[in-house]
Amino acid sequence: MVAIPSRHKSLVLLTGAVLLQVLLLAVQIKSDTRGSLIRVWTVTAISPFERAGAWCIDGIKNTWHHYFALRDTELKNENLRRQNDQLKLEVNQLQSKAGEADRLAALLNFRDAHKQIPMLAARVIGGSADNSSQVVYLDRGQRDGIERNMAVITPDGVVGKIIAVFSNESQVLLLTDKESGVGAMLADTRVQYPVGGTGAKQLMLKYVPNDDPVNLGDKVVTSGMDRIYPKDLPVGTITQIKPGMPFKEVTVKPAAAFDHLEDVIVLLTMQPLAPRNEPEAQAPANAAKPLPPPAAQQ
Amino acid sequence: MNDTFDIRSAETHIEVYKFRMGTVVIVTALALFLQAMFPIHLPRLNVLDLPLLITIYFALSRRNPSTGLLLGMVIGLLQDSLSKTPLGVFGISKTIIGYVASSIGARLDTEHPAARLALIALFFGLHQGIVVLIHRVLLAQPEPWFTTGLGIAAAVNAFVGVLLFILLDKLRKT
Repeated sequence: MVAIPSRHKSLVLLTGAVLLQVLLLAVQIKSDTRGSLIRVWTVTAISPFERAGAWCIDGIKNTWHHYFALRDTELKNENLRRQNDQLKLEVNQLQSKAGEADRLAALLNFRDAHKQIPMLAARVIGGSADNSSQVVYLDRGQRDGIERNMAVITPDGVVGKIIAVFSNESQVLLLTDKESGVGAMLADTRVQYPVGGTGAKQLMLKYVPNDDPVNLGDKVVTSGMDRIYPKDLPVGTITQIKPGMPFKEVTVKPAAAFDHLEDVIVLLTMQPLAPRNEPEAQAPANAAKPLPPPAAQQ
Repeated sequence: MNDTFDIRSAETHIEVYKFRMGTVVIVTALALFLQAMFPIHLPRLNVLDLPLLITIYFALSRRNPSTGLLLGMVIGLLQDSLSKTPLGVFGISKTIIGYVASSIGARLDTEHPAARLALIALFFGLHQGIVVLIHRVLLAQPEPWFTTGLGIAAAVNAFVGVLLFILLDKLRKT
């Protein structure tokens, strides 16, 4: 056996280590696995410290706000904020359908369908150790019923989707990540375009032809066509439009506050929101609840 | 004599610094923990790459290429496992950085702050270059080679790294 000179040993070790990791990359890409043991062990090991860190920071913030700042005022504000958040979620879902009389039946059915979807509150306990990717970790996992590709939202708007689940934690790919996307549409015209992340704070409305009418300030909502996010959830507002070839460059400011993500909601369902038929072509008994006849509504 | 870079001859003894037991493990864990907390609680510090700074510091201090590359590999894989990137992206880049840093540390005396500043900026750029190369060649993802943000990040990491290294010097065994 040929002995490796000592001065080359480190070079051989370097080559071996790099090749091993290239093989590891190849295996992951081929089998599309994300839940390798190393990842599970590391997340499981570090998440208690992340929870403790989040708890400590919250404790310090709460101590400051409740004892050193205006105590009563802060408590009242917090209660009002909580109520406001709940109302915002309901108002946002209803507001986008106002003024559309011929779609009232679909709107009522949609509201009923959303009331049946189970939801779970979760807290953001940590972020990615890689500053180029936009992921966060939640303190809920498999034991709470969370699965991959579940939607994550806040009362303000869409946040992202679950991409990895561990026992007690889960990983969320934020909408602002370069690899993220959502089926969306303009709230007013109902024309559908996909929205994608850019890696920065803004989103992009994609594949908008140059002659399509798009205006600054237009609201963008989910279309429901991606079977992940329910329809009519706020995605953002158009803040910049530039002509381009072959499509316009449309920038969207996200509705959700990604700089201050603390508490989110996970939609605990994988059931697709099937595209609805028009009211005249309403499906048989196993469809969503039909509207009551006009006489019954008075 | 220029005392910023002190080139020693082969016969001259290069000082290898040792650390108290558990120091490397605790410092590495703390760096990863803080790096995961930055995006949520201190978004402005998200430009820092603490695991990379730790890799460079211990590689320069130990001055053993084998130890440097293994430490870089472990730190990189742990960082990958806390990100959405596939395992191996930061593993490969930090393996190479660990090797190069410890090789340079074995030949140059890099205790001077100016030397450390230059080396950290250089290693940061090299690290980003390797990551972009991996994304482009192995993952088929188009990534820009250089952006203004990366340039600013290199400068910030170099400056913070010099201060961090001064703190970590206190953990050396005397």
